[in-house]
Amino acid sequence: MAELNISERQAGDITILDLSGKVTIGEGSIALRSTIRRLLGEGKSKILLNLGSVGYIDSSGIGELVSSFTAVNKEGGTLKLLNLTQKIQDLLAITKLLTVFDVFDSEADALGSYS
Amino acid sequence: MAAEETIELKLPSRLESIDEAVNEALNFASEIGFSEEAFYPIDMAVREAVTNAVKHGNLLDETINVEIAFSNPNGDFFITIRDFGTGFEVEEIPDPTNPENLLKATGRGILFIRTFMDEVEWSQHPQGGMIIKMLKKQ
Repeated sequence: MAELNISERQAGDITILDLSGKVTIGEGSIALRSTIRRLLGEGKSKILLNLGSVGYIDSSGIGELVSSFTAVNKEGGTLKLLNLTQKIQDLLAITKLLTVFDVFDSEADALGSYS
Repeated sequence: MAAEETIELKLPSRLESIDEAVNEALNFASEIGFSEEAFYPIDMAVREAVTNAVKHGNLLDETINVEIAFSNPNGDFFITIRDFGTGFEVEEIPDPTNPENLLKATGRGILFIRTFMDEVEWSQHPQGGMIIKMLKKQ
């Protein structure tokens, strides 16, 4: 089974990626990077990452979130985060990245924030 | 308290060794009586330290090993991880929480190690390479 599974949904022009598994160095980080690059290549630059089922993330995974954020911004898009687990929230607090990302607990609120 | 014991591992410098080292660390932690609450911080610190050793120290050269030792002095969990790279001065690693560094993709591993361990020390090994010593208290 893949380390990280990524399912894709569309809500209007917003692409929601439901992530489950581990975002760690190697396979997990690469899977996320490839998906974000593909979406940007398809002109989809409003992206919401649902991290509710991500059980584990390391510094490489956190770095991949940051890389995704900057890559999407560079294309004039927006990447936001949904459903942080306590562990991920703690890591984003430690790294002061909660000041960088827009974070939501409700998918409806997250989708509404793009308009 | 469990009797004092030591486990030594020599793992090739590839990404798969990271999970292997973490699994061995968690087994050792369990054997010496650590509760499951301590598994996550131990997992994170060992993962980041072994990642640094195989990737930045030994540059993913599978012919070079990372040397790892676990022991339990006074019931605590003492971990050493040695690579054979050119080494670095830990004080010279940029603070990833500085606003100018927030959007960098790398450089957070050492912060996580310091966060999840009770004591951490980096030094140059006399015979070359870096050695990190970490302590997690029971």
